[in-house]
Amino acid sequence: MSPDLEIQIIAVIVAVACSLPGVFLVLRKMSMMSDAITHTILLGIVIAFFLTESLTSPLLIVGAAIMGVITVFLTEVLNNTKLVSEDSAIGIVFPLLFSIAIIIISKYAGSVHLDTDSVLLGELAYAPFDRLELFGRDIGPKAIYSMGTILIINLIFIIGFFKELKIVTFDPALATILGFMPSLIHYSLMTLVSVTAVGAFESVGSILVIAFMIGPPITAYLLTDDLKFMIILSALVGAINGVLGYQFAVYFDVSIAGSMAVMTGVVFLLVFVFAPKRGLVTMIRRRKSQRFEFAEKSLLFHVYNHEGDSDERVELGVDTIQNHVNWDKNFLNKIMKTLKEEKKVYIEDGIVKLTKEGRDFAIKSYEEIVSEF
Amino acid sequence: MKKNDYIIKVEDMTVAYSTKPVLWDIDLDIPKGVLMAIVGPNGAGKSTLIKAMLDLIKPVSGKVLFNGESYKEHRKHIGYVPQSESVDWDFPANVLDVVLMGRYGELGWFKRPGKKDKDLAIDALEKVGMKEFADRQISQLSGGQQQRIFLARALVQDADIYFMDEPFKGVDAKTEGAIVELLKELKNRGKTLIVVHHDLQTVPEYFDWVVLLNRQIVKVGPVEEVFTDENLNKTYKSTGQILKR
Repeated sequence: MSPDLEIQIIAVIVAVACSLPGVFLVLRKMSMMSDAITHTILLGIVIAFFLTESLTSPLLIVGAAIMGVITVFLTEVLNNTKLVSEDSAIGIVFPLLFSIAIIIISKYAGSVHLDTDSVLLGELAYAPFDRLELFGRDIGPKAIYSMGTILIINLIFIIGFFKELKIVTFDPALATILGFMPSLIHYSLMTLVSVTAVGAFESVGSILVIAFMIGPPITAYLLTDDLKFMIILSALVGAINGVLGYQFAVYFDVSIAGSMAVMTGVVFLLVFVFAPKRGLVTMIRRRKSQRFEFAEKSLLFHVYNHEGDSDERVELGVDTIQNHVNWDKNFLNKIMKTLKEEKKVYIEDGIVKLTKEGRDFAIKSYEEIVSEF
Repeated sequence: MKKNDYIIKVEDMTVAYSTKPVLWDIDLDIPKGVLMAIVGPNGAGKSTLIKAMLDLIKPVSGKVLFNGESYKEHRKHIGYVPQSESVDWDFPANVLDVVLMGRYGELGWFKRPGKKDKDLAIDALEKVGMKEFADRQISQLSGGQQQRIFLARALVQDADIYFMDEPFKGVDAKTEGAIVELLKELKNRGKTLIVVHHDLQTVPEYFDWVVLLNRQIVKVGPVEEVFTDENLNKTYKSTGQILKR
């Protein structure tokens, strides 16, 4: 395998592994927690390193996972006092734990082979150099296997507890009543986020971990209304971001992790603007057509309410109606033109009148609006 | 149920948020098969009372017994309809998904809902007049429709006891009528219903049992005995709220 391909495979595995718990972080409105966890786990790693004096010990992952859970726990304790809001609580806990890690590292910089730059930004380009050997044979970069394992764990958790994750996220009160223990699911998910982050940031850095955890899920959220599909779609979007980002980095000869994070933002923006149902363009178009439709109806209601009245000539006069609906002249003309084309109104003797279809339509629309509760 | 007339017993329950007591020394016996309203002024602790009975909030003292047993043995038989604004309606799910959640308790851990559960969910949707909305995105529902969905979800639980937190909030007159019909039908099938209610005027028409609550139980019993002007004045006097009755 070429290093080129290996890097992309690693990126895809990391992206998919991150997107799985990421979906639930986004739905639980805990996006910023990923930011905190990806940083504070460093303290767990540093402490575990001092205990084991090894950079390869699996205890490093355990330490990171514990620190991730501690981060969530401390945030919740602060938040539950009602003295501090959740985002402020994150703002206190995260820098505190992260800085302790940084101080320890800088104090023992000489003896610790941990450097803060690589933690924040990672270096995917070096990942292929770190090989895994089995019985003396090279079987590929280590990152593929470590992240692959994490990906499988995440998949098992999400598939196995899909129903539980769904109800706990949507309606924690009902989940509690039915015996599903929301806090157990919650902390399991947070442990998973921590383990995923520690596995991923070694190769891609914590900034990209955040981008991979949050970007694809919110992109998918704009594209679908189905939870299962949202999970599949965010894995797909994550993988695409990884590959596109790598191509971009090679083409412009720039940072790989940086390019992938940028791609995540670009793909999100494209979807945000052009998504078929929830995109900005659709929304603006829909709002415009709704405004138009609404104006048509209200004009019909106005005519319906005043037809045959003694002041009909004033209320519905071709030249005076504008004062009554209080619209811009051009807008009124446009609406009138459409209504005439649709044969809902006609002009007789300088007065706007309803056709039979127009009257039926007005009555029907009114009933629809009233029954729409 | 043998000789035990009371399906739910609340004994000496006090509930506090941080250090501020919200409910004082609640003693409450709820007989089987009543359609009961919990009424009281704003801040009287109506929602808190049902949440504490359901163990969603830990009481400072006291206990709740369902058929003489603790809540945990009974959770499968308890249905809950929360206030509709308590959840995020932009969650990626359709109407059927939400109603199916009512089956999760019966299914337990790991097991997925199957065809039978879906059929039950569709039946429940039909009962609340929302069958044709099964595939509808929940974000597109009106307030009244959301309330009906929650009701359908409680129906598929096929519980013995139903707790409902203001099921008439934000619904139109037609939906309110439909919900009342449903509640009465459940009662006639021997279910016990405990409903947080806001509108004093409709209490005698909708309910047969009532709790007047203002941090403490002011009075509890059959509507025709307990729901008197005198008792209502006692319940609402500390608030200065004007009675529309």
